[in-house]
Amino acid sequence: MNSYEHSVSLDLSRCTGCTTCLKHCPTEAIRIVDGHAKINPGRCIDCGICIKICPNKAKKATYSRLENVLKKPYKIALPAPALYGQFEDLGDVDYVLQGLKDIGFDDVYEVSKAAELVSAYTRNYLKTVGIPKPVINSACPVVLRLISLRYPTLKEHIMQLLPPMEIAARLARERAMAEHPELSREDICVCFISPCPAKVSYVRNGFGDYKSEVDEVLSISDVYFSLINVMRRGREPANLSQSGKIGISWATTGGEASALFNDKYLAADGIENVNRVLEQLDNGNIAGLEFVELNACPGGCVGGAMVVANPFVAKARLQTLRRYLPVSQTTLGDDERDYIPEGYCFNELPTYMPIQRLSTNFGESLRMMAVIQKLCEALPGIDCGACGAPNCRAFAEDVVCGRVPEDGCVILKNQQLETLLKNKEEVSEP
Amino acid sequence: MNEAVRFHFVVDGEDFTSAGQASVQVKKNLRRLGIPPEIIRKISIAMYEGEINMVIHADGGEADVLVYEDRIVMILTDRGPGIADVEKAMQEGFSTAPDNVRTLGFGAGMGLPNMKRYTDDMKIESVVGEGTTITMTVLLA
Repeated sequence: MNSYEHSVSLDLSRCTGCTTCLKHCPTEAIRIVDGHAKINPGRCIDCGICIKICPNKAKKATYSRLENVLKKPYKIALPAPALYGQFEDLGDVDYVLQGLKDIGFDDVYEVSKAAELVSAYTRNYLKTVGIPKPVINSACPVVLRLISLRYPTLKEHIMQLLPPMEIAARLARERAMAEHPELSREDICVCFISPCPAKVSYVRNGFGDYKSEVDEVLSISDVYFSLINVMRRGREPANLSQSGKIGISWATTGGEASALFNDKYLAADGIENVNRVLEQLDNGNIAGLEFVELNACPGGCVGGAMVVANPFVAKARLQTLRRYLPVSQTTLGDDERDYIPEGYCFNELPTYMPIQRLSTNFGESLRMMAVIQKLCEALPGIDCGACGAPNCRAFAEDVVCGRVPEDGCVILKNQQLETLLKNKEEVSEP
Repeated sequence: MNEAVRFHFVVDGEDFTSAGQASVQVKKNLRRLGIPPEIIRKISIAMYEGEINMVIHADGGEADVLVYEDRIVMILTDRGPGIADVEKAMQEGFSTAPDNVRTLGFGAGMGLPNMKRYTDDMKIESVVGEGTTITMTVLLA
């Protein structure tokens, strides 16, 4: 798992080495080294906060370019429902889906359609005897990674149903194979149009031993600008959309949970809130819940780092858009009420990675902790970030772990200098 | 190394909303030490319950967590009203918590029993009118 591939890159020429991302990273994964932000891949959870927060736009999400994808023989667009919220006064999802075809996609498969299927199966899943409650949603890759890095005891609570993106990818590919038997597997390119870089990482790395069905991940912002060029009013789009209120609601926080028709749920968004809920769940302090929906981005997927619109504006637009839609356009038959197809589940959960551990040897960890505590007492404690670490404690940890020299604290150095000068003055005075 | 690494916390009795913070801090530090997750869970639950008790009943107090190579010791000290009948207080469901905290889900009478359940040893020293000291030990196998 050391080779975990992330999807945040740094434009060195733009990074001024300021401490903005350093201060906002929720896992303390960033250090400023030689005047530039450096991400520790072992700690990064791909939340995208550094991309959103960087005042110099030096942090960038990495994703596949639309023009490269369009060169493939048969490409299928999988729009995340957050895409629909990017357009002002859209009126109908079909305009977007038609637009995707017009820019060159051979087929479109809505992730919101697959989401309705996942919602239906989640209702079945919650009835499974013996699963630990509350069940935690599996759709936000940031939350999944956060749990595997920090909350090992909650691992078993993760819903082992695949997220809508994966189901959509599988169904889209199956449809393509059925409609075009002349195509080989390699000819088909399944492209997810993503609101966030975390999905890019999920597709690249898989989850546990699960390998993604998606071939390429595009950015909503990129696709948006291509779409507005082809989406014209006055021209009636084909009847393409097959999702209802439930599917589209997955783009915003609480959408997934409210589709379960079970009011014993909690929905939290924003990484800080997510952490708080996980802490409390870990302590066993949230009773009586069946389902916990956690989304790393504020507002849910509409708040991702690869969208164009303000997440709250997008949310409002989605409300209007889904107003006259049927509740769901995908329903299970009566014989499917207690059943989840095996292919819709993943079996292996990722192993716990104790990234915070000081040393693999406990005695050594204790010794290091004692030194860290001592060093922390000597440090100014103002968490200025000038040393390149987000706070004094993190700096002390870096020193003790041998990652940075001890004299990295500018304030401490200044104090030492002042004392030195004072001593000199005292000596030189007659 | 025989000397323990010590974490000290002042549990603020004035601010009920901050109750549970020490438990979170302990958890973070134990993760840094590489303590196994199941043990961290036991300790953070015991700490949390103890911390809440101090806030509800004793207007706060102090907590020390000492990490030795073979065990972790938590010492919670307060200057609250003391526990009149320790045996009774240990019974599941017995609580003297006021109504205003019960609405938040506290006061179920599971605090002390949980602290005992999740630790290998628990000692209560309490003097009515003076305060309570609870010492809990979790062994590191």
